[in-house]
Amino acid sequence: MNNREETLIPKIGVITDVRIDTPDIKTFRVVTPDGKKAFDHRPGQCAMLSIPAVGEAMFSITSSPTNTEYMEFSIKKCGCVTEWLHQAEVGQQITIRGPYGNPFPVDDVFAGKDLLFIAGGVGLAPLRSVINYCRDNRERYGKIDIVYGSRSKDDLLDYKEIIEEWTNDADVHVHLTIDNPQEGWDGHVGFVPNYVKELGFDTNKTAVLCGPPIMIKFTLEGLCSLGFDKTQIYTTLELKMKCGVGKCGRCNVGSKYVCKDGPVFRCDELDELPSEY
Amino acid sequence: MRKCLLTSIDAVLAQLAKAGDVYLPVDGDDGAASFKKWEEGTKWSEKLNTVRSPKDFFFPQTENLMEFKREGKNIEIIDVRDEKADFVVFGVRACDVKSFDVLDRVFLTDPVDSYYAERREHGVIMSLACTRPAETCFCGTFDIDAADPQGDVTMWKTETELFFRANTEKGEALLAKLDGVTEACDEAAVNAQQEKTRDIMKKLPLAGVSTEKFGGGKTDTYFNAPEWSELSESCLGCGTCTFVCPTCQCYDIRDFDTGNGVIRFRCWDSCMYSDFTKMAHGNNRLSQLERFRQRFMHKLVYYPENNDGLFSCVGCGRCLAKCPISMNIVKVMKKIGGSDHE
Repeated sequence: MNNREETLIPKIGVITDVRIDTPDIKTFRVVTPDGKKAFDHRPGQCAMLSIPAVGEAMFSITSSPTNTEYMEFSIKKCGCVTEWLHQAEVGQQITIRGPYGNPFPVDDVFAGKDLLFIAGGVGLAPLRSVINYCRDNRERYGKIDIVYGSRSKDDLLDYKEIIEEWTNDADVHVHLTIDNPQEGWDGHVGFVPNYVKELGFDTNKTAVLCGPPIMIKFTLEGLCSLGFDKTQIYTTLELKMKCGVGKCGRCNVGSKYVCKDGPVFRCDELDELPSEY
Repeated sequence: MRKCLLTSIDAVLAQLAKAGDVYLPVDGDDGAASFKKWEEGTKWSEKLNTVRSPKDFFFPQTENLMEFKREGKNIEIIDVRDEKADFVVFGVRACDVKSFDVLDRVFLTDPVDSYYAERREHGVIMSLACTRPAETCFCGTFDIDAADPQGDVTMWKTETELFFRANTEKGEALLAKLDGVTEACDEAAVNAQQEKTRDIMKKLPLAGVSTEKFGGGKTDTYFNAPEWSELSESCLGCGTCTFVCPTCQCYDIRDFDTGNGVIRFRCWDSCMYSDFTKMAHGNNRLSQLERFRQRFMHKLVYYPENNDGLFSCVGCGRCLAKCPISMNIVKVMKKIGGSDHE
């Protein structure tokens, strides 16, 4: 028997709750068989989930580290592993390993700053971890603004939590938008990048962006036109990964491995990478 | 330094085999050499090198990582890792010995890959100095001395004798076991051979290939070079270069359902393959140009940037010999490095 530590060998996780968020996104609550969190993590870090014979894939941990009871993963149905997970029921065991990657710099760079979170679609999943971490440590941060947009009202992730909790926090301002007008929606209509420009934020904020590549591209341009510097803007990347620890070669971009050097990058750091992500 | 007569090589191998399996280059029916386990009567190949690199000894082409049992909603994880026995890899060339350094920096960096580490710790490398390098050899480009390969034990073969020098504690322990079949000697014959070999190395057709223009920090210089288009145009994406390469280490992890359980295994993969970076929501390297560029940029720029200037190529020449369209890293270095890129 080889008793060395091995990161590729996962732990067992049990799905203890499945929440239907949108027509194609479900949020899974995962604990170990003895009811504990599988491991500690920092906001923005990821975990490898798998179901043997189906496959293994990397997901951002959407729950905040301040939640000491369980981890949550908001997962959009779009491939083999995600499709399998979407038909999984409570009580189903999966495998879990991690945490992987660098977190958002919540304890140093973000401390004392006004924060602006901007998300599109399932891009809210990684940001929710940071948002709730900051809400749970409210005194450490300045004003918090959250801009979140989706295709339609039905596609807004974590809608209940946003409406019942985030919008009720003092000094947390939530700005929701959907792409097209919809019956029963009296909020803002339009794409996230334009909405960010319309809202016209103070440029002293630290911004955190996540969403589809096209949304990131235009939002970044929008923020820069408002006067933001790329050193104030953070995002998190997603590429194909197999090992999670910078060895299998898949998520290599330039001299970086997204799994271990990312997934969180400051936008000026991204400019130094070849445009292959 | 110790030596034995070539006529008593069987006694040396038999002695080594008492302590564990010994693998050495052996000619196959097709005339090509590959590493085979020594048994009584096995003949050591005279070929310059094996078609495949010896990276399999530490990073096998496929290996089982773990197994699972699934029953209803439950999963059981079975750790299939076993303790490896000591083994000897006999007759490894200087380029291939150096490739282990390149692989070590990937697999032995935290978090250590336990599968690789277990094999690496149990393997003893007995290298063999070159005397007749091929036209495709360019190890000198990477400051590798074919006349003085590293490894736990270095060997030099002359017309009649085999010389041994231990380089590590492992090597010394191994050589001590050969005391009965070898004798102490001076270094004169080895020095003479080395001088000759080094002269030949200088005259090789690829002796002038230089890494000078490459290394960390050159991403911007070469990433958008127009030459990538012409260089990659004929690339078939077959991955042969990757598979014969001693330093290519990209891998895939896959599950195999045996009907009675699930085996999770890893196998070599290639950044030259179209699905290497393909995921459910897209692929960040859609063209063969992008994939071709990735392989060479990784070897010549990205890897050295992360590894104190060490290149992820050892000049073994296997890709030069095997690429079906005769494209290779030397052509890339000459073309890209020969142009005026700022």
